[in-house]
Amino acid sequence: MKLRGRAIYDGRADGIALVSSSPMSFYGGVNPDTGEIVERGHELRGQSVKGRVLVFPYGKGSTVGSYVLYRLRKNGVAPCAILNAKCETIVAVGAIISEIPCVDMIDIGKIKPNAEVKVEGSTVLLR
Amino acid sequence: MLAGREGHATQKAMQILVALGEIYGARRLVKVSSVQVSGVSYKNLGDAGLQFLDELARDGKARVKTTLNPAGMSLTDWRSQGIDPHFAEKQLEVIDAYRRLGLEISCTCTPYLAGNEPGFGEHIAWGESSAVAYANSVLGARTNREGGPSALAASLTGRTPLYGLHLRENRVPTHSVEVEAQLKSPEDFSAMGYFVGRAVKDGIPRFSGVKRASLDELKTLSAALASSGGVAMFHIAGVTPESKLSGGRAESLTFTSHDLEETVAQLNDHGTPDFVSVGCPHCSIGELATLARLLKGKKVRKEFWVCCSREVKRKSDELGYSRPIQRSGAKFATDTCMVVAPIEDMGYRVVATNSAKACHYLRNSGLRVRFLTLEKCVAEATRGVET
Repeated sequence: MKLRGRAIYDGRADGIALVSSSPMSFYGGVNPDTGEIVERGHELRGQSVKGRVLVFPYGKGSTVGSYVLYRLRKNGVAPCAILNAKCETIVAVGAIISEIPCVDMIDIGKIKPNAEVKVEGSTVLLR
Repeated sequence: MLAGREGHATQKAMQILVALGEIYGARRLVKVSSVQVSGVSYKNLGDAGLQFLDELARDGKARVKTTLNPAGMSLTDWRSQGIDPHFAEKQLEVIDAYRRLGLEISCTCTPYLAGNEPGFGEHIAWGESSAVAYANSVLGARTNREGGPSALAASLTGRTPLYGLHLRENRVPTHSVEVEAQLKSPEDFSAMGYFVGRAVKDGIPRFSGVKRASLDELKTLSAALASSGGVAMFHIAGVTPESKLSGGRAESLTFTSHDLEETVAQLNDHGTPDFVSVGCPHCSIGELATLARLLKGKKVRKEFWVCCSREVKRKSDELGYSRPIQRSGAKFATDTCMVVAPIEDMGYRVVATNSAKACHYLRNSGLRVRFLTLEKCVAEATRGVET
């Protein structure tokens, strides 16, 4: 299946989907050194974003979250791509400064957990 | 700029602005005359933020007047504040990166009291939520609520995407607030802001029934509205410059004397304060005059921080207000404040302050708070520690 969205940060990536149906907070929600999701009560708590195609509706929380994405990247534990229903400032800025391919305006409900995903610019291929 | 011909930092900055412009449906970029950058305290930036700034500083330069938010410590007197030397070293590295980027090193949340005062109708890009609300509402300048990187991007390019509060049609009130309570002090305005911010979230409230409001009252109202909610602009009928703007439907609410009492009660935890601080947002020269009068001839018996910008401190030195304040044992905390300095790591547990905003953020840092008037803060500091 092919989904077309809008490239927030243009790039290519291949990976396994890690899907959250709830919004994500990076500041305080993801450990910047390990990539582990630590937000209390979050459905993906305990899982790692490292190397995954991270799928969630939109970002929330402090704008410092952009710097957390950057820190994940520098520590080698960042997601390989980010897919959003609607991207907002925190994730957009984070993806750009960290150079993580990021696409939004796609129907993220079509992406099953652990699906193989290929991102090419504004196109998302599901296998 | 986007193609990278003006360097890596400018290109990154332009990528951020273009992406934000697309997300929020801006038709074009607009030139800005002033920038205020948040994200200065090492407590919030961490090593990642520092690394990012270092990278930008290799070839980036500010193109417009740009000032900074408070840092995690006084840049000159951090030793007497009891700041950890490792923290201090990292904080000074952050400041050095900003200096190389060509920013003015005046670390304050009240740039409008320290020489960065945009005029009516000017497009600007400000971070620091309280200053955003003040600039839009009181000065009539136009800015969205920027994060650290997006404000910095505006500084390095001199531009910001034209959307949101840059457009007149988005500056009309969404809520109409009838103020029935008698507001007797800046702290009453602070409590009202805290109550209304929670109710209207990121809406634009228009207050009526407030006859006059001083600079200090508008300053603390701005801060409180932006901390419990996401308010970036408000109007006060007959007081603020765009209060006649109308259009669309505004939801109604009232602020009663009961609401005022209840909000003040909610902002007070149990416990005897071991730390007293005023100046959130940073003190004006008027507040320092009041403090000088209240502290004259007295001794403080607790750690007491008076937070203000270097510029206002200088004025206070000239006018003779600083001396009685310092003689009392109170400490000036310039470049910083009780919210961004790591005071929870310095052993303090209960903070007394005259700011609802400070109460909000200090609680998030795990501290207990007492919300008192400026006069009562001084009384609390001078009456000593109960045993």
